[in-house]
Amino acid sequence: MTTKVVMEALSPTMEEGRLVEWKKQEGEPVAVGDVLAEIETDKAVMELVARIGGTMLKHIVEAGATVPVSEPVAVIGEPGEEVGGEAGKRGSGEAGGPASGNGQRDGKAKDPEAQAQATPPAPPARAAAQPASAAIATSSRAPDAGGRVKASPLARRIASERGLDLGVVAGTGPEGRIVARDLEQARQATAPSPAAPARTPPLPPPASRVPGPGGTRPASAPFTDVPLTQIRKTIARRLAQSIGPVPTFYLTTEVDMERVWEARAALSAEPKVSFNDIIIKSVAMALRQHPACNAWWQDDHIRYWNEVHVGMAVAVEDGLITPVIRYADEKTLRQIAVEARDLAGRARDRRLRPEEYTGATFSISNLGMLDIDEFTAVINPPEAGILAVGRIAEKPVAHEGVVAVRRQMRLTMSCDHRVIDGATGAQFLKTLKSMLENPLALVW
Amino acid sequence: MPTLTYRDALNQALREEMQRDPSVFLMGEEVGVYQGAYKVSRGLLDEFGPMRVVDTPITELGFAGVGVGAAMVGLRPVIEFMTWNFALLAVDQLINSAAKMRYMSNGQVGVPAVFRGPGGSALQLAAQHSQAFESWYAHIPGLKVVMPATPADAKGLLKSAIRDDNPVIFIEGEMLYNTKGEVPEGEHVVPIGLADLKREGNDVTIVCHSKTVSVALKAAEQLAKDGVNAEVLDLRTIRPLDTGAVLNSVAKTHRCVVVEEGWPFAGVGAQVVDMIQREAFDELDAPIIRVTGADVPMPYNKQLEKAAKADPGKVVSAVNQVLYREAE
Repeated sequence: MTTKVVMEALSPTMEEGRLVEWKKQEGEPVAVGDVLAEIETDKAVMELVARIGGTMLKHIVEAGATVPVSEPVAVIGEPGEEVGGEAGKRGSGEAGGPASGNGQRDGKAKDPEAQAQATPPAPPARAAAQPASAAIATSSRAPDAGGRVKASPLARRIASERGLDLGVVAGTGPEGRIVARDLEQARQATAPSPAAPARTPPLPPPASRVPGPGGTRPASAPFTDVPLTQIRKTIARRLAQSIGPVPTFYLTTEVDMERVWEARAALSAEPKVSFNDIIIKSVAMALRQHPACNAWWQDDHIRYWNEVHVGMAVAVEDGLITPVIRYADEKTLRQIAVEARDLAGRARDRRLRPEEYTGATFSISNLGMLDIDEFTAVINPPEAGILAVGRIAEKPVAHEGVVAVRRQMRLTMSCDHRVIDGATGAQFLKTLKSMLENPLALVW
Repeated sequence: MPTLTYRDALNQALREEMQRDPSVFLMGEEVGVYQGAYKVSRGLLDEFGPMRVVDTPITELGFAGVGVGAAMVGLRPVIEFMTWNFALLAVDQLINSAAKMRYMSNGQVGVPAVFRGPGGSALQLAAQHSQAFESWYAHIPGLKVVMPATPADAKGLLKSAIRDDNPVIFIEGEMLYNTKGEVPEGEHVVPIGLADLKREGNDVTIVCHSKTVSVALKAAEQLAKDGVNAEVLDLRTIRPLDTGAVLNSVAKTHRCVVVEEGWPFAGVGAQVVDMIQREAFDELDAPIIRVTGADVPMPYNKQLEKAAKADPGKVVSAVNQVLYREAE
């Protein structure tokens, strides 16, 4: 029997993935756990792993294609086995098929053969019980007479939480009962699988993908259309969620950086400590003193964190990502320096694991190295605040009664007013400013 | 930590509680001069004398009533039944007196007594002497029902039972008396009403108590060879039932098998299953299956007796059923 490989949800927010590269070519043997392909998710490049062994019979999609989660991308089976018409197509319009099968299902169709006849054009029904390892959606399902879908309470709960339609899931429990393992693959009900039951109404023929002129134009064209990458889509969605519903206000302060400048110069040993590392450490320490700013807005409650995890925005090709320094308040400057360098490097290579860029309790965005004096950063929900760091610049300032040229830096904090009030944010910034102006404070 | 038999762990609990509290005394058939039909009271007569280790005639109803009366006036009797089969004669005292007294006296008079002895079957003792009665007593409001499976739990729970201000039905196992295990010395008290995870796992919860704990653990070992990781939850106390522990485990595994020695109809497992389906319906991925003794008087024939008892093979096949796996 052939088994379809589907696009899996490789991150919690992934809705579709771009197949970057096939790692198993057609005809190659496949063992359980082998990497079949590299998939670009909304955040990173991840591996699609074989859940079943056999031979890679067919790539349903080519490298470069973007595929919704739970849509088939390949077929695995025995060497030489024929790839059936149904198995070899993706999101086919024939899935519904004629509805003539329904009427024959009056008698309680207990035996598999009767069910197979009753549900053309699906492949022959298999025995009800199936080894747990083959949990991938495969051939037909066996809805009982009258159309009631048999599912365990847990399967029903999972389906309702994920918005799945149980009608398109193949049940592997007794008499076709859908159990939790059957839902592992069917994460999204975005499109009916080719094995959809006959009662699904026939779909209209798929609309042409390219209405009129093609998307890409020669260089002389007045504009260039660039398809959205996964990361760009995620940024758009997440940030629109923020600036719209989050009542944000901004607080700016100017920090005298002379002493930090001297302190950093004194820290000459490897690993080199950057100003950004010092700011991360200072922010973490200041958050410890101001837990009201170390919080998440949770719609019906506010979660004040007892741990301090500082996200740091890192520019990557075509976007940004926010790797997290966990327990930043408990780490030394050198630990932070080593960790920040590692995370930023792997962020640029798109090799972060999901747990490395989620879970920040507060974030920092630094554009100082790009000569920005000051700016406002967009809050990354559910965090309640983000600090925008400007450049360190020499300026004439009043200092101890005379005008002196000193190094100054501007910090702007964006605050979610649902969590942080003006004075609360201001007190945090005041502490942070005094830490940076007296960097010995970082030592105790 | 010293290794003791279940028998000696009970003996230790009795001795320590009698030393600690002069109002504690032991009464029953053969508990003194003969040192107990199963030698649980070995040495106690010598140490505490005939006022506190009292041999009785073969009169279960009588000495159970004396125990209830003694408890009502402030003593803490431990009443030993040679087996719970013989306690059928004393049921009126247990249910109509011990269990009701606090309620019917408007809280003025309690019965801080422990009724203890072996329950269930041993080997070829035939129908009248091979009965598990825990569901009978658990049915009665006013009684606590405790059933330790290990020597450590036997000691810790007997101490709690003796210190409890309410009547406690304490059911041991004839086949457990010789089992050994590490038992903490001195003040080792296991609270009544707490279940205990005897083995952690993710795939299925096996709820059991008393003798069926070892049955479940053997089944779990067998299943582990087959890649199934079973969690074994020992109820330890039948009433009050540790519902939280059961629900937590089921929320983790989504599947449950309940094992008990007694008959299926209105058994302890029926109560557990009822509670799970009400409180954790949406956690269940399969119907709960019970493994019980066969619904017959216990046969004397050795092979038939074996067939009538819950055993690891029956538990393994029930687990396979709730996991939707093909039986081996």
